[in-house]
Amino acid sequence: MTAVILADALGPRARRRVWIASVVAGVLVAAAIGVAVQRLAARDQFDARLWEPFTEPAVLRFFLTGLANTLKAALVAMGLALVVGAFLALGRLARNAPVRWAAGAWVEFFRAVPLLLLIYFSGLGLPKYGIDLPVFWYLVLALVAYNSTVLAEIFRAGILSLDRGQSEAAFALGLSYWQTMFTVIVPQAVRRMVPAIVSSLVTLLKDTSLGYVITYEELLRRGRLAGEFYGNMLQSLVFVAAFYIVVNFTLSQIARRLELRQRRRYNAGTIDVGGVEDLATVAAESRRA
Amino acid sequence: MRTTVSLTLLSFMAALVIGTVVAAFRVGPIPPLRWVGAAYVELVRNTPLAVHFILFYFGLTKVGIRYEAFVTAVIVLSMYTSSFVAETVRSGINAVSSGQAEAARALGLTFPQVLGIVVLPQAFRTVVSPLGSLLSALVRNSAVASVISVLELTEVADRLNTATARPIPVFLGAAAAYISLTLPLGWGIGFVERRVAIKR
Repeated sequence: MTAVILADALGPRARRRVWIASVVAGVLVAAAIGVAVQRLAARDQFDARLWEPFTEPAVLRFFLTGLANTLKAALVAMGLALVVGAFLALGRLARNAPVRWAAGAWVEFFRAVPLLLLIYFSGLGLPKYGIDLPVFWYLVLALVAYNSTVLAEIFRAGILSLDRGQSEAAFALGLSYWQTMFTVIVPQAVRRMVPAIVSSLVTLLKDTSLGYVITYEELLRRGRLAGEFYGNMLQSLVFVAAFYIVVNFTLSQIARRLELRQRRRYNAGTIDVGGVEDLATVAAESRRA
Repeated sequence: MRTTVSLTLLSFMAALVIGTVVAAFRVGPIPPLRWVGAAYVELVRNTPLAVHFILFYFGLTKVGIRYEAFVTAVIVLSMYTSSFVAETVRSGINAVSSGQAEAARALGLTFPQVLGIVVLPQAFRTVVSPLGSLLSALVRNSAVASVISVLELTEVADRLNTATARPIPVFLGAAAAYISLTLPLGWGIGFVERRVAIKR
């Protein structure tokens, strides 16, 4: 994070003012936290009884297998979405117009529909048509349907971000369309996509928590079950949130590192992709470059 | 559908305000506020939306905080979206050339003036399209309110499906409704962006 120089290097008076403002702000923040803590304490929310379950190995294992299920769904969905997304992107860039339209319509449709609706459809709708799968696959199916479109957009943007001269030069050397794609375009585009792909993994990981509505045993569902069992809903959910924050924060930092390294090394920005909240941020940041 | 629209609009307005304030905290000269801004953004955006919903609706009852489902949904959606708005606005601020801020300071403007009169208006103009993506993401995210039974589009579709047992027409209809919301939105954003974009 580089703060812009919105304020001058400070003189003695300004420094004093900032110092006073800092103290005031610090006191206010501390007071707000204090009030919250007091309120929680007044309702016995810090009672050891409510937090104790998290120290028991069995309970911890319950949460950790929940996390494992979350990660499993996220990784399987990511793997499949990468493949489907690649095909969709190739489809959208194809020279054959009907293929282009079909891929375009597919992407626009699944990108506009809320993931939760897709999950309801796959989890509660598909079984009515005789498609009988474990819950895991209903969730993964919905996640892939949505995320493949996000990845397709990332791939497309990555490919389009390359200078036209690259493909023109390749054609001039007599390479065919597919040779150009796979030996010239894709290897270069992939580098630019990596940070955006990692960011989309964060979104995907958060999205797996929606699997809870179709009773997939992931982290959030485990948290609710434990909360109901021990009567410590608040504590269990805070515990769950902490897991997500640690994992996602780590991934975001990795994405950020990759992006910075990219800029330094190739002096090329990463790509703009709209459509997902996290990616909107990525897009806005790359615009700065 | 009306619930979906009002959820989205209310939350987006609140998120813009909160997000801008948080962004101002993060670029401001006062360290404790910078930390608060950074902590807020990282904590909120790294937690799944569904966890926010359930934490607010079922978790906080123990401390006597419980609003009706719709109000909870607006609060949660604004909070969640505001963390992304904050990041977007902040990157918009960073995109404004530093000469602008320097010139403003040379004229003797204070930090709030520099930010409010000179930098933020330009920052917003550069981030119209990311903010637009956030708005259409919010339309889709409002569906998650169905986990606390707010009667919005997705919840209605789910209940209709249970009642009629005909998933394909029900869900296709709901999907069409969402598309009819987000498509015009995309056009509108494109239009606004062309009007206000700054050529650099």
